[in-house]
Amino acid sequence: MPNLINTQSILDESWQDCQELEKIACDGDIIVAIDQVEYLDFEGHNGRVAVTVPNDEDIVELYPSINKADVIRLQFPAFADGRAYSQARLLRDRLGFEGDIRATGDVLRDQLFQMHRCGFSSFELREDQNAELALTDFSRFDVLYQPAADESLPLFKRR
Amino acid sequence: MYVYDQYDQKIVDQRVQEFQDQVERRINGNLPEEEFRPLRLMNGLYNQLHAYMLRVAIPYGLLNTKQVRMLAHIARKYDKGFAHFTTRQNVQYNWPELEQVPNILADLASVQMHAIQTSGNCIRNTTSDEYAGVAPDELEDPRPYCEIIRQWSTFHPEFTYLPRKFKIAVTGAEKDRAAIQVHDIGLRLRKNSEGETGFEVYVGGGLGRTPVVGDVVREFLPKKDLLTYLEAILRVYNLLGRRDNKYKARIKIMLKALGRDKLAAMIENEWEHIKSSSLELTEEEIARVQDFFAPPSYETLDDLSELGDDNNQDFQRWVKQNVKPHKISGYAAVVVTLKSPDVAPGDITDSQLEKVADLADEFSFGMVRATHKQNLILADVKQKDLYTLWQALNDINCATANAGCITDMICCPGLTYCSLANAHSIPIAEEINQRFDDLDYVHDLGELRLNISGCMNACGHHHVAAIGILGVDKKGKEFYQVTIGGSSGDEASIGKILGPSFAREEIADAIENLVKTYVELRQDDEPFLETVRRIGTNPFKERLYA
Repeated sequence: MPNLINTQSILDESWQDCQELEKIACDGDIIVAIDQVEYLDFEGHNGRVAVTVPNDEDIVELYPSINKADVIRLQFPAFADGRAYSQARLLRDRLGFEGDIRATGDVLRDQLFQMHRCGFSSFELREDQNAELALTDFSRFDVLYQPAADESLPLFKRR
Repeated sequence: MYVYDQYDQKIVDQRVQEFQDQVERRINGNLPEEEFRPLRLMNGLYNQLHAYMLRVAIPYGLLNTKQVRMLAHIARKYDKGFAHFTTRQNVQYNWPELEQVPNILADLASVQMHAIQTSGNCIRNTTSDEYAGVAPDELEDPRPYCEIIRQWSTFHPEFTYLPRKFKIAVTGAEKDRAAIQVHDIGLRLRKNSEGETGFEVYVGGGLGRTPVVGDVVREFLPKKDLLTYLEAILRVYNLLGRRDNKYKARIKIMLKALGRDKLAAMIENEWEHIKSSSLELTEEEIARVQDFFAPPSYETLDDLSELGDDNNQDFQRWVKQNVKPHKISGYAAVVVTLKSPDVAPGDITDSQLEKVADLADEFSFGMVRATHKQNLILADVKQKDLYTLWQALNDINCATANAGCITDMICCPGLTYCSLANAHSIPIAEEINQRFDDLDYVHDLGELRLNISGCMNACGHHHVAAIGILGVDKKGKEFYQVTIGGSSGDEASIGKILGPSFAREEIADAIENLVKTYVELRQDDEPFLETVRRIGTNPFKERLYA
């Protein structure tokens, strides 16, 4: 069971990880890798589809092949590797993806606030992170200077 | 200066709470050091050789006297009575206790200060011309744009975990005193052919292990596009900057690898998508921030032909060296040197700070500036007050007449405090001060920037000094490499290494030798840097290694 939350609550979901499999499962909620999506019938699949996107992929170029995914899983191989923040913003702001953007990997409480701001909507916390406490981390700051996925205007247009 | 409203204050207050919580989790064992480290760094807290070090932000170097008094209070209460000004116009404390740091931050927040993003792989304190707003050669005051950048970059959610630290500098003057060509982004206010004011944008400068002079990626950027363009640069860098090797992670390495044209094209391409977004600046916002930097109420005065006591040679020397021109007649800017021969460059005590605050209240509209050369400035002093001010500064050992001279050294803390250092720098500065203790000789040498770094991370900016000294470790012994011909000014250049490094006991002799060579070879009043540029490094090399 992943240690999974969205900004409101702890989520109880079970996914079948097909990333290492040669054949993708026919039904149920599945996780696939980007090189598997060409074999996948998104619309015909009986269940939800999550696609894992490495953080060095050009998300804009890749997007047409994954835009039907229910969940796009962006990766933090280490919490200090911040490329997925930009990928998330591009997905939300530029590409208009409205599905779930999930943070995976080294996902820690102290990064949740900015992840959410960049457009992440669910969070696979690292095992040792306390999910109950993590739910309190989305309200650390009330003032946002910049426009981002959670706020369309910069503070200077709201003052 | 900029004054916080309820929004700015709330963000700083909530940061104090957040850090309080993080420190508690660290102390009670719920946050491992490895994960606490980047969090504390983003709050300016380092773990140094002997203790923690807290770096406090001074946005573009500007302080009011209430803030200066708070810095004095913190030095007294949480440190050993000292504060240390840095090359990023910030201030550092070398002895805070971890448990006390949230209290220090709360004290700072009470005077609209913080330590946000003074370290870490994020956008750091934006620096500027120390004479901003008063320089006669200024097109426009750069500080409102620095403040606009400060707000945009504070807790920018996308750019908190960049490949490496990121530094921005802005100047509005003809002469670059903000070293914009050795910053990740350098901005220079300029006019285009239609007479509109905007920015020339440099990218990819930086010091450290691989010093690089930045290149112009855009010759003219309209003001309204400032933030969208910065966001485009940062996004390109965040996505594509190298992360496999921290010594190759600055944007300067991208500039070198891709070349200026390709990097500029990538930035422009990203910018096309966001230039008309809500982040586009409005005239109202620029005017709102500019209002905070309106000139103080100057009196109508004439320039004085004679300043103070003509017969007092000490005073006249100080005027010549430490008093700078001002755009308003009858006024002058004064360098309060933190380079007296007997103290570590940039150090100041709590009582000196308080006295400087008193003098700023009395003589300079209650404002003080920190410079990247590790001095302070009182920017708006009436010329007729100079003599009284000089006497008072003399009393607190802040009137050494050496601004811009060889003994006005930039110097990192080195092995005295820093856990990264390979060698000491403060004792080297002390020794050089002893060798150059004759002020007449020092003045005769003219403008001569000498910078010292205790390791190749180059916090002492040795690459961009006329004479640079770099501490290196050779089999456990301290050695010093000498470079000459560097400059962070308009024609920025990286100093050239002269040859094998010198042992600690040899370095002061070597510098003396170098300076003597210059005196013999210079033409007229030519400064050291110009002599090197004219004749090259060989004549110096020959003499030094004869």
